[in-house]
Amino acid sequence: MNIRKTLATLGISALVGLSAAQAVAAGTIKIGSFLAVTGPAAFLGDPELKTLQMYIDEINTKGGVNGMQLELVHYDTGGKAKEAVGFAKRLIKKDRVDVIVGGSTSGSTLAVIPLVEKDRIPFISLAGSVKIIDPVKKWVFKVPHTDRMAAAKIFEDMKKRGIKRIALISGSGGFGKSGRSQVLALAPEQGIEVVSDESYGAKDTDMTAQLTKIRNTDAQAILCFGFGTGPAIVTKNVRQLGIELPLYQSHGVASKKFIELAGAAAEGVRLPASALLVADKLPASDPQKGLLLAYKQRFESKYGPVSTFGGHAYDGLMITVRAIERAGGTDKAKVRDEIEKTRGFIGTGGIFNMSPTDHLGLDLSAFKMLEIKHGDWTIVE
Amino acid sequence: MKRLRGLFLLTLLVVILPLLFPDNYYVTVVAVSAALHAILAVGLNLLMGYAGLISLGHAAFFGIGAYTSGIVTTRFGLDPWSAMAAGMLLTGTIAFVMARPILRLKGHYLAMATLGLGIIVQIVLVQTEELTGGPDGLGGIPPLSLFGWEVDSDLRWYMLMSAVMLLVVWLALNIIDSRSGRALRALHGSEVAAEMMGIDTTVTKTGVFVVAALSASLAGSLFAHQQAFISPDSFNFFFSIELVTMVVLGGMASTFGAVFGAFVLTFLPELLVIFEDYEVMIFGAILMLMMIFLPQGLFVGLRDLLRRLLQQQRAPAPAPVVPAGEDKHDAA
Repeated sequence: MNIRKTLATLGISALVGLSAAQAVAAGTIKIGSFLAVTGPAAFLGDPELKTLQMYIDEINTKGGVNGMQLELVHYDTGGKAKEAVGFAKRLIKKDRVDVIVGGSTSGSTLAVIPLVEKDRIPFISLAGSVKIIDPVKKWVFKVPHTDRMAAAKIFEDMKKRGIKRIALISGSGGFGKSGRSQVLALAPEQGIEVVSDESYGAKDTDMTAQLTKIRNTDAQAILCFGFGTGPAIVTKNVRQLGIELPLYQSHGVASKKFIELAGAAAEGVRLPASALLVADKLPASDPQKGLLLAYKQRFESKYGPVSTFGGHAYDGLMITVRAIERAGGTDKAKVRDEIEKTRGFIGTGGIFNMSPTDHLGLDLSAFKMLEIKHGDWTIVE
Repeated sequence: MKRLRGLFLLTLLVVILPLLFPDNYYVTVVAVSAALHAILAVGLNLLMGYAGLISLGHAAFFGIGAYTSGIVTTRFGLDPWSAMAAGMLLTGTIAFVMARPILRLKGHYLAMATLGLGIIVQIVLVQTEELTGGPDGLGGIPPLSLFGWEVDSDLRWYMLMSAVMLLVVWLALNIIDSRSGRALRALHGSEVAAEMMGIDTTVTKTGVFVVAALSASLAGSLFAHQQAFISPDSFNFFFSIELVTMVVLGGMASTFGAVFGAFVLTFLPELLVIFEDYEVMIFGAILMLMMIFLPQGLFVGLRDLLRRLLQQQRAPAPAPVVPAGEDKHDAA
């Protein structure tokens, strides 16, 4: 057989193989995802992707959804909004996925919203900003708590302790800035006065200047909004300066890493966080407890310490799967309607009750107020 | 019209592709971003390739154009075309004012100054939250419409973006073949010699800097309307570097080289996606190999190779005739 013949044979068999593959693909449900698996937001995207893969495999071995297998099509955005738009286009136009679960960062989610709305495809975002669902967009849903809820939860706890004047210090990244504007918007409604409004840069290594200014105000508590190393430095500096005020952090530091970084200074810090962090300390009557322990155990047996971010991917995936089951197929409009009808779904982030006016469906009870004691989380009652 | 042969070829390609593949993802989606990148690369190539002035902050002008369009249309309700003009006016003014102090510098110092410009614009976009929406970005930018014909589908964007790209390529070719184009190349060769021949180098440099900025601003406005959402990280330092890579990869001092570089760098990641975790590594390896074996740039290198082969076949070969100025790719 000469080379030309071999090539022709190869080509034909490749074509046959392709069409066979497509025939199989007809019976699958395609779930698209774009996540920040690498880059500065990898701590979000990495556990999210692992969770999606783990649970999609499990669903498939159990026989799939409505007798159809799930297929995950995912791309790594590196945390960049522009890449996210490109990959979302690819998911919709080339891979022709049935639904999208993804978008690790608020920036990447907000960037693809115009596209998703135009091409009418159900999209569950895994990012934090309240802007994603407020105002409500027909095809866009999200599962993580919003920064507005975090601010509200913190204010609720402050009012219980009789705190009326606070000093705010926030990071200059997207998370810190968005949190800052929510705090400033919500404080007057809650009867809380922000007497000092400081910020720090993403790479700052010392915040004593800002904290010295705060010390000279009549604030009764300090609230720090940010993630990464910044909040840990703030915590250390507060103690070094001998400031005795109660210190609140946002849900952005809800990981063991924060306690490691801040060390002994973290004692007494309060923050709102998802119940996943304290799954084993929840009372047995808590409806989330069983699920949280199961997810934690499964994730940790395979990949190491659990984070709330992977939990968001679980919630997004399961809400989608239930909606497809109820819709009896992958018709995009029907699936969208069914996602909107999600009621009483127990997820890792809380109990979801979505509605046409609420595409998140969580209330303040989804957050637990935690206090760090002896290097571990405890629930504040 | 021998001079514009390449442009006709490109036009033909642009027209035929969507007729053959009207619903192909690579044509209607990827080629649109490639055309956008080509507009940027052609502008930057005038500056880098022909005048020999390196810019590591080209994304800044792209960003100013995009944000002017975004802000003016969403907050002040101006129509997109006036917004585009406003963006170009603003970018042109900034470039004109910046040109004098910045272009006095040479080599590494010029690179540093343009780098600083890019970073300053980035910081302004992030910090002026009330106007730009800060790091969360700016949404709700209306679509473009042309004589009551709304540019809303992928195919329509393909047509508009390609048309603008062809226009920019045509303008660039004309600039290069004009008196000021020759002045630019003289400048690249030796600034002192250019001055000796009576070229006002300051005016020439400022001019090319402003033209490059204007084309970037135009691309930025188109980008803003196409995406309907913009955020500062689309205009960061890394994007500037990407643009420089497009120009260098395609072949400096060749307009079609810049177009080619833009298309290669846009399509390559799309095609490499199937390798998943190894994508970035393979991408890097390909770039390295290209620069090792075709240091004068992909387009220029391949074209010269083809020419040599053709001449060898047509024996007896006359000495290779290479149009002057097309092959000055030695300095950066």
